[in-house]
Amino acid sequence: MTVFVIRRFLQSLAVLAVTAVIVFIGIYAIGDPAEMLIAPDASPAERAQVVASLGLDKPLWEQFFTFAWNALHGDLGRSFVFNRPSISLIFERLPATLELTLVGLVFALVIGIPLGLLSGLKPNSATDEVIMTGSIFGFSLPSFWQGMMLIMIFSVWLGWLPSTGRGEVGEFLGIRSSLFTLDGLTHLILPAINLSLFKVSLVIRLTRTGVRETMPLDFVKFARAKGLSEKRIVFVHVFKNILIPLITVIGLELGSMLAFAVVTETIFAWPGIGKLLIDSIMRLDRPVVVAYLLVIVSLFIFINFVVDVLYSLVDPRVRLGDAQ
Amino acid sequence: MTARALLSEDMLFGRLVIGIGRSPKAVIAAIVCIVLLFAAIVGPYITPQDPYDLAVLDILDAKLPPGSESMDGLVYWLGTDGQGRDMFSAMVYGLRTSLGVGVFSGLVALVVGTVLGLIAAYFGGRIDALIMRVVDLMLGFPTILVALMLLALLGQGLWKVIFALILVQWATFARAVRSAALVEKNKDYVEAAQTLGISTPRILIGHLLPNCLPPLIVIGMLQVANAISAEATLSFLGIGLPITEPSLGLLIANGYQLLMSGEYWISVYPGVLLLLLVFSINIVGDRLREVLNPRLGER
Repeated sequence: MTVFVIRRFLQSLAVLAVTAVIVFIGIYAIGDPAEMLIAPDASPAERAQVVASLGLDKPLWEQFFTFAWNALHGDLGRSFVFNRPSISLIFERLPATLELTLVGLVFALVIGIPLGLLSGLKPNSATDEVIMTGSIFGFSLPSFWQGMMLIMIFSVWLGWLPSTGRGEVGEFLGIRSSLFTLDGLTHLILPAINLSLFKVSLVIRLTRTGVRETMPLDFVKFARAKGLSEKRIVFVHVFKNILIPLITVIGLELGSMLAFAVVTETIFAWPGIGKLLIDSIMRLDRPVVVAYLLVIVSLFIFINFVVDVLYSLVDPRVRLGDAQ
Repeated sequence: MTARALLSEDMLFGRLVIGIGRSPKAVIAAIVCIVLLFAAIVGPYITPQDPYDLAVLDILDAKLPPGSESMDGLVYWLGTDGQGRDMFSAMVYGLRTSLGVGVFSGLVALVVGTVLGLIAAYFGGRIDALIMRVVDLMLGFPTILVALMLLALLGQGLWKVIFALILVQWATFARAVRSAALVEKNKDYVEAAQTLGISTPRILIGHLLPNCLPPLIVIGMLQVANAISAEATLSFLGIGLPITEPSLGLLIANGYQLLMSGEYWISVYPGVLLLLLVFSINIVGDRLREVLNPRLGER
């Protein structure tokens, strides 16, 4: 086990290093780093000073180590627009994105699992057909357009829910979140639905496949023979078996939802890191873009690492397979 | 190509057509796909206006609701946008760009992925390990994140978007071709071909590839739908295609600001067209998967 965790950890570090190299190449080799990292309105003196402090006059490999060294110390440059360290801007807005992503994930599970069960228990019925076609519709619906339609229907026409911003942020047990105020909750509903809809389709399909594979197994027949109610069989015994693949995939999808939050945050003007990224790209605030990329990739690699370790705890075959 | 391969392709084609024919849903979706593809190809001949010829645009016609008539008698059935463009014409041109980018990037990714997948499966060993490591790395990241990273670093542009879409798609093809080819590789006909002294590239392309086609067709369809959707998303975010080559995503983005003030048609109609396109391709792709291999993996 320890060996597996260490191997997996080293692999994660390797991926992170590769990404850092790619980002480095993106800034330093393809473009002119001075152009990218120095504000366009800087004076020649400021320019020379930044060039010296970033070591842009040194050979490329030395520049890379400076870049990596600074990154490891949390120094990813200062934002041109806010004139603050870009990394602190990211961490300031990260909670809003995490909140949105987690609520979206809960929505995806709460909507997706029951529909998947319904569909899987009666395969090839009319209900199944409707749910499956609906799920294709779900992942065909471009997420940005779907968000616009949500705003148009629920905010513009019906006037039920607010369309932009995070609303009032409450504090509970030292955690600041929109979840703790009514105003915050109403602001959260539409963006969370928008972010979850894509994943709802995935959860439906996974649950359906799981049910269909589990139902013909011996232990289900045995439970029936024992006289257990159908309800208990499905919700306790079959459900447990579906949960394992579901948890793995959901763990991995959490990362993809973090990335997709860029779209949702842009549409709903949600003050998270995704909106910060798009704003920064538009304002040519490159240090923030670089910081975002490195932070999101680290986060993503971390999630993958945790999921793999958790999964190997549940299913020992994974770590055995990896060791060979 | 050998007679055998041609025959098996014929049979495959027959199976596909019959498979689609058995599902009314898939038939409708296939017809929609064909109509949209046709509309995209003959675009300039069926539109009443060239939406990007500034000489024919009249700013007085801007933001007219659907069904309005212009000064010179042209009826805007789907209304006009903020620059006085006929929405129908703009949408057909947008469809051309969207489909063009989606299909082109999908095809290049298919070729790159297939070649690498075949090489990995046929040679095995270190080459296989190396290629599959990269594939795992690529598949580990969500499409949209990789595309965002690239475009954030490279800037926007038609070829940059296509490059980003190819980069995020090839790995899916490579993995599918490799697993199909691994099964085929150990069959007698490959050994027979080797014994006959047929060159490796010919075995790969002439003998292995035709037998790996079924999963490729399905994944190809689904990837094109994905690519169209991804391109629209990137363009909507303002980091995809430049304004000079408006795709459906860009049209929707242009209408987004006007949505709040009630001019819904400027972004709703292109949105409906985009949805129709992606949905139909996915329905056909899903049906093909059922026909060709019920166990190819659920999404």
